[in-house]
Amino acid sequence: MAVIVERRYSTVIHPLHAVLLAGTVPLFLGAALSDAAYARTYEIQWNNFASWLIVGGLAFGGVALVLAIIDLCRADRRAAGIVLYAVALLSTWVVGFFNALMHARDAWASMPTGLVLSAIVVVLACVATWFGFCTPRIGGAK
Amino acid sequence: MKRFRLLEIAGLSFVLSACGGNPEPLQYGPNPQLPQPHRGLLPNMTIAEPAEWGDQQPTVPQGYAIRAIATDLKIPRQTLLLPNGDILVAEGRGGGAPNLKPKDVIAGHIKAKGTSPVGGGNRLTLLRDADGDGVYEVRTVFAENLNAPYGLALVDGNLYVANQDALVRFQYRDGETQASAPPVKIADLPAAINHHWTKPLAASADGQFLFVGIGSNSNITERGMTAEVDRAMVWRVDARTGAHKPYATGLRNPTALAIQPGTDQLWAVVNERDEIGPNLVPDYLTAVREGGFYGWPYSYWGRNVDTRVRPQDPDKVASAITPDYSLGSHVATLGVAFSTPTMGQTFADGVFVGEHGSWNRADPVGYKVVFVPFRDGRPTGAPVDFVSGFRGSDGKTRGRPVGVTVDLRGALIIADDLSNTIWRVTPDPKP
Repeated sequence: MAVIVERRYSTVIHPLHAVLLAGTVPLFLGAALSDAAYARTYEIQWNNFASWLIVGGLAFGGVALVLAIIDLCRADRRAAGIVLYAVALLSTWVVGFFNALMHARDAWASMPTGLVLSAIVVVLACVATWFGFCTPRIGGAK
Repeated sequence: MKRFRLLEIAGLSFVLSACGGNPEPLQYGPNPQLPQPHRGLLPNMTIAEPAEWGDQQPTVPQGYAIRAIATDLKIPRQTLLLPNGDILVAEGRGGGAPNLKPKDVIAGHIKAKGTSPVGGGNRLTLLRDADGDGVYEVRTVFAENLNAPYGLALVDGNLYVANQDALVRFQYRDGETQASAPPVKIADLPAAINHHWTKPLAASADGQFLFVGIGSNSNITERGMTAEVDRAMVWRVDARTGAHKPYATGLRNPTALAIQPGTDQLWAVVNERDEIGPNLVPDYLTAVREGGFYGWPYSYWGRNVDTRVRPQDPDKVASAITPDYSLGSHVATLGVAFSTPTMGQTFADGVFVGEHGSWNRADPVGYKVVFVPFRDGRPTGAPVDFVSGFRGSDGKTRGRPVGVTVDLRGALIIADDLSNTIWRVTPDPKP
């Protein structure tokens, strides 16, 4: 019996790409939780934590975004759904960047908009990560 | 009468120059117009672009002359006239507050471009013009190894120096060009973090007390409330024992202090908060009331609540005193000195104010020394440009005024911490 396996796409997301992409979730989540803690306690250190966590999320997400764009440009990785993933990650990064600017405001001036933006970024990061990992790379045969 | 007209015209030209296309709100005087707070995604920033003076000089009014009496100093900030006419210059660069946020790293890097790259001298330099020809031919290091000295005061042979961390005293004998002994510490000054590190100094008329200005540890509490203990206030220190009490509070960054001649009234110029718009919050000149609270951080210009501060304090806001006289937002007042009749009739009664110049404004302001006329011991009318041209029409900045000191013989001494120069302005004897 002959079995024909047609492998059109890479089997897995590149490990580095995966780590960076998944890393955006805890970083942005940490920022949102820090914002919530600042809103509850007015303890400024939470605001500082949030600012750096957002920068971390942007750094991880930024590299993941570059890798996603590279994937978009390569025929063997341009699977169906990867465009959706790239758009979701780009949205995460752009809203995250505005959130970073919002967090550059002094003291309570960053709030409550900063908390709202942080929450939105967490959702976007989760969506981007979901799409990133679900993009049909594994056994992409149809 | 004619002179009064002249002042009016000078005032009008100030208003017109402040307009420059867009009508700007009235920013000086006892009742400045305060727009709504506003901050875009990024704060407005226009950083001074340093350039050499070359053949140029600051601009002074007709009938006055200016000359550089010392150059190549190491960040001159404040000056003191000694009884024999010698000038002491405090040189230093303090601070070093840690970066807490990504913003601090970026903004610190950008703002540093508008200042001198020279390291602070941490010393006092003495300048002497022995023959009275206006050339200060003697220059000695009076004392060194200080810690960012700023405020200076002399009372009965006691030379007080406010370092960024301590108030110290030298013995001074007339004619000395070098301190004969190391300084004695009188009191520690609040120095943790030192976001605003400058410690201006003034001695009460009887010499019993020393007033020390202590700036806030943040723009608007972004380093936390606990960092603001013993900050944003003026201390009154007993010169003999070193004991202190807060004399007035809520003064965000009192950068220069002066005692009004003929009274024992303390005056201060204060730098107010940033990042809520180009026309907020006015830096001001005010008589400092004992026990008074001037708003920071909870409110500005009296009872205008600053919503960036949490937790808020409505009781403190209700008790906030409105300052006497606005000099305009972001001008960065760093020097104040009462004038004398020897400065010429137009500038006989009032104060000179050194304005270091703005960063948090698209359209730069300050970068000059203004004269605020007084009548009956109170500021009145519009500030008049006394020395300008530090920021040229080419957009380059050649100097940034800090401390101003009046020489009773008829001269204004200006410390310039960008070109590291001491300027001396005199009524020109030639017609």
